[in-house]
Parts: sequence; structure tokens; C-alpha cells
Amino acid sequence: MLEVKNLNVSVGGKPILKDLNLTVKNGEVAALMGPNGSGKSTLSYVIAGKKEYEVDSGEVLLDGENILELEPDARAAKGLFLAFQYPIEIPGVATMTFLKAALNAQRKQRGEEELSTPDFMKRVKAASDKLGIKSEMLRRALNVGFSGGEKKRMDILQMALLEPSFGILDETDSGLDIDALRIVADGVNALRSPKRSFLIITHYQRLLDYIVPDSVHVMAGGHIARSGGKELAVELEKSGYKDYVDEPALG
Amino acid sequence: MSAPIIPSRTPVEVALAEAYSAAKPRLPGTAEVVKLREAAFNVFAKAGLPHRRIETWHYTDLRNLMREALPLAPAPSADALATLAKDMRAKGLPPQSLVLVDGVFAKELSAPLPAGVKVTSLASALAEGRGDVIAALSADWAGPKGPKDSIVALNAALMQDGVVIEIAAGTKLEAPIHLIYATASATQAARFSRSALLVGAGASVVLSEESFGAGGRRGQTNNALVMVADDDATVTHTFTSTDTEQGSLRLESFLVKLGGRVNFDSFALITGAGLIRRQIFMLFDGPDAKAALRGVSLLRGREHADTTLFVEHRATGCEGRETFRYILDEESIGVFQGKIRVAPGAQKTDGKMLCNALLLTDLVAMNSKPELEIFADDVACGHGTTCGGLSEEQIFYLRTRGLSYKEAEALLLEAFGGALVDEIPQEEFVTKFRAEIAAWLAARGADA
Repeated sequence: MLEVKNLNVSVGGKPILKDLNLTVKNGEVAALMGPNGSGKSTLSYVIAGKKEYEVDSGEVLLDGENILELEPDARAAKGLFLAFQYPIEIPGVATMTFLKAALNAQRKQRGEEELSTPDFMKRVKAASDKLGIKSEMLRRALNVGFSGGEKKRMDILQMALLEPSFGILDETDSGLDIDALRIVADGVNALRSPKRSFLIITHYQRLLDYIVPDSVHVMAGGHIARSGGKELAVELEKSGYKDYVDEPALG
Repeated sequence: MSAPIIPSRTPVEVALAEAYSAAKPRLPGTAEVVKLREAAFNVFAKAGLPHRRIETWHYTDLRNLMREALPLAPAPSADALATLAKDMRAKGLPPQSLVLVDGVFAKELSAPLPAGVKVTSLASALAEGRGDVIAALSADWAGPKGPKDSIVALNAALMQDGVVIEIAAGTKLEAPIHLIYATASATQAARFSRSALLVGAGASVVLSEESFGAGGRRGQTNNALVMVADDDATVTHTFTSTDTEQGSLRLESFLVKLGGRVNFDSFALITGAGLIRRQIFMLFDGPDAKAALRGVSLLRGREHADTTLFVEHRATGCEGRETFRYILDEESIGVFQGKIRVAPGAQKTDGKMLCNALLLTDLVAMNSKPELEIFADDVACGHGTTCGGLSEEQIFYLRTRGLSYKEAEALLLEAFGGALVDEIPQEEFVTKFRAEIAAWLAARGADA
């Protein structure tokens, strides 16, 4: 469960998130929609622990614990996962090497034993088969030379392996064709469970046809302007964000 | 004292002149070699130690940095050799090793080489007055125009010994030959060695230059390696200078001449304290040859590592790839200079030179200067250089996956250096250099 309470965040003295409140319960899939510049990506980065944002006040509780003072890796070990809008290329690091390092780093932080190589290989193979990721891709440097769709699938593969309790998908649908969108959505749906919740950031309703949310929140001007059920997304698709853009902010 | 008078010589230059005069009667070679030594010393004496006003030495001002000239290492005693032999046996020397002890070829420590390989000590080749060897050794290839490099000249004047490795035409050797620099001198000393690798047409060979014990890691070393690869030869070369000691000075000159369709691949790993200058003079002498020069320098403390290249394309259709990477920590200084010169008529030359440096603190300095000089009109040449820190975006991405800052940084640094290692054709060297880089990074983590 994730609770954002009265969160105020600024960059270089300019306020971006203003008294933001949001709760995503265990097992819930929440969609976060909103116009460009409303602060959606900022919220995802602040939750994940990116440095250049100044948290002026407020709390972000993951399963009741305030994570704002934690380093990004400690947050990950507590079960937080951010699928990036633009997954980063890491030249020279084989994808397989990276996956193993990530998995074992989290296990180490949680005081668990490292995975044996055969066990690790088995897990990777099972998860990558589901996402249509070829073993050749796992030998290549992480995200280097991958297409947009491949990068997104790689992020979902990481999420499947790391088994977070809370996953944030930041515009995972951007740059995906309809087939890739379906594969990514299937990957996310397969991870849905009563113990795992998601925050899905998107501009469009299309992704929500594939990943049906339990709740929809509209963000504008740095805070949640309206919340509702999945029908809210359909309404937004028709009416657009024009009712919400009177208080712009950067995002 | 027959050394010529140089105006305003530094004490070190005076000491080197005295060392040359004193050693002259003992240095090997026929009357012709004596003449060559004398001419070479005059080149050095005229120019003096290289300094910042010599463009190719601008960032490694040896006149200022070299504070003393250590005495020439004495010939190793039988006892010292026996101790060294015992240490080597204990450590397990690789097969096919040729060992130089304080610059002198120690046949008794070296392992036999297979058919098709002839090994002679430089001293005996010079004493016999072997014209072909002397011609190869006194080569002046691809160097900068104008005066010769005074450090190569000093080496030619004072070369004590070395090995001449001749690979017969058509000989295919898979297992590497190791050229090992060892030392037996109990006191800090200077060494001057010159070796040659002469590869016959169509032959293939792998040569690894490395150090054993303190060899090349302490005192002052001035080594030169001359390589002549005849048409259609394939040569893989690696050079390791690791764990050099504080205050050590290592000057390494590598003179390379490539015949037609030669395939040449060279990798160097440099870590360690003190000062190292590595200079490669490479000449494409025959058409359609391919050469890749790569190097990784990992520096910390106040280490100073300089790699300077002169690549001359004198034949048509050759491909040159020069790729060097530096990781600079603490207060270290890195120098990279590379000049590609395409001579008139060397059409269809394909040359690319790239230097990337990662600067880990605000106190490091990187001096990077790639240059191109093209006198032919149908070529594809490029060069580039970058200096910067690790990408914060990459580190954040890795940390969101659970890696700590240190783990993320180590993974990125290892990838940065390792990428060049992975291109070495021999798997055993990939494993070895990957391990060396990992060890350097692990020590870095332990210090912090």
C-alpha cells in the first residue's frame, strides 16, 4: 500500500507538487492521468528517490513506512519499482549480468541469500519467454540498440523478476505499437495480485483498455484534481483535460 | 669524458651522460653498433630530456619530473638469479616465457619455444653484428618530423640487452609467448632494454609483455620493443604495467612496422603509481593491413600515465583503430596524444581514433589531444575525445533496481574498461584483464 500525504515538492525553488494526496491500497491498480506538465513524472521520480527534487513537506508511506529519507536502492529493496518512461541504456553491461546484480543486491539488502545460477537462469527464462524476449537480447548490453518496445518489455521483465509490492509504470504505453502494448499489458496483468499494487501513469485511455484500473486519478497543477472509477478515463478521453488546465505546473 | 657539452644541462642529464660514458666499454656490439650508439646518444645529448616545449612531450615534462638518474642495474649475480628462479617456479611462470632480468636476457630462466621460433639475446645479435637485426633495431618509423624522440635515442645508446624473437614465415603459433620483465637488483636501479619481434610472412603469433615481481615496477625503466610484421602476418600483442611503485619511472617505446594485409591487435593495461609514458610509433608500410591499438589506464593517487601514438599511413587501403580509455581517481593525471598521419598517396585509408576519460574527482587532470594530418584525398578518417563523469541517469536507473551507489558505480566503471578488453581475440587475456580491472576497482572500494 502506498500513501502520499500532503506532498509538496519543488525544483530550484519552483513548486511542482502542491499538497498532493493519493492512496493506492494493496492489490489496487490506480491510473494517474493528466495533461502534460501536471507533475505526473515528477511524482514517480520523487517516489523512486531521484535527487534533484526538493521535498518541502509531506510523506510518502510504503506499507506504513515513510520512504522519503531512504536511498533509491533501499526503496527498491522495500518493494518499490519504477518502470521508466525512457529506460536508460547501459553500454558494456550485459543484460544478464545486470539482472543478476539487481536481484542479488535486493536480496542482500533484505538479508536473503544470493540466488544460485541455475535457479536464476530458470527464473529469467520463464519470465522472458512470457514477454517474448529472446535469449540473444539478454546477452546484449542493457537496452543498448533495443527498440522502444524492447526497452519497455525489458523493464517489465525486471519487474517480473524483482517482484515488487508496488510498481509504478511511467507512460509505459508511449512509443509502443498495438502488439507491444498487448504484450506489456499482459505482462503487467500477470503480476496483478492481492498483495501487489500499481500506479499506472498514462495520457491515454488505450492502455487502460488492456490494464483495467480499479481507480483513476486526474492530476493537474501539481495535485490530484479529481478521482473516480475506471469510467473516469473514458470520460477524459471524450472531454480532454481542458477543465483541468487552468492551473499549470511543470512536470 | 667524451660526452658532448650541452648548455644548461640538468643534473639528471649530466648524470645520464656520465652513465653512458661509464657504461660504453661494457655495452655489447661491433664497431658499427658503437657508432650507432654514439649517434643516438648525440641525438639525446643535443635535445636533452624532453620537456614541455617539445610538443609531443608537452603534458609529460620529463626534464621537470625526472629528479634523479639511477645507476644502471648491475648484471644479476648467480645467487640473485637462483632466488628469482625459485620464486618463479613457486609462482608458476606461464609456458613459453622469455625472461629479462634487469634488462638482461636470462636464458636459464626462460622456457623453450616451439619450432619456427628463434630466440637470440640482443647482446649476441649486436656482438655478431647481424645486419638485419641492427637495421630493424635502428629503425626510425612513423615518428614525428624533425628531431628524433630523445627517449628512444637514449634507449638506443644505452640498450644493455633484450631478446630478438624471429618467427619463421608461415609459422602458426596459438599459445602466447610471454616476454617477462623481472628484476634482481637489490637497490633501485635503471634498466635499458631493447627487444625485437620479427614476424615472417604469413606467420601468426601472440606476444604478451608483462612484469614479474618488482620487474618494471620500481626504479627507472626505459624499454623499447621493435616489431616488424611481414606481409599477411597476424599478431596479437598485450602489454601490462600494473602495480608500479611510488617514485618509479617507466618509459616504453613500441615501434611497429606492418606489411601488406597484416592483421595486428594490441591491448595495454596500465595501473600503478609513479610515472609511465608509453609511446607507440606505428607505420602502415604495405597495403590493406588492419591494426587495432587499444588501452585502458586506471589511475589513482598522484599517478601520471601518458600514452602517445604516432600512426603513419604510407600504404593504401589500411584500417587503423585506436581506442583508449582512462579512469582517473583522486589526484591522478592522464595524458593521451594521438596523431594519425596519412601520407600522400595512402588512398582508401580508414582511420579512427577515440579517447574517452572518466573523471571521478574534481582534482584529476586529463590532457587529451587527438590529431589528424591528411595528405591524401580519398580517405575516411575520424577522431574524437570525451572527458566526463559517470552518468547520473545511469546510476539512478541502476539504483532503482536495487544496486547501491557503489555497486552501480563499480558496474559502470567495470563496463567502461571491460568493453575494450572484450575485443581481445584471446579468451585467456579477456579473463585476465577483466580480473585485473575488477581487482583495481575492488581496491578502490576498500580504500573509500
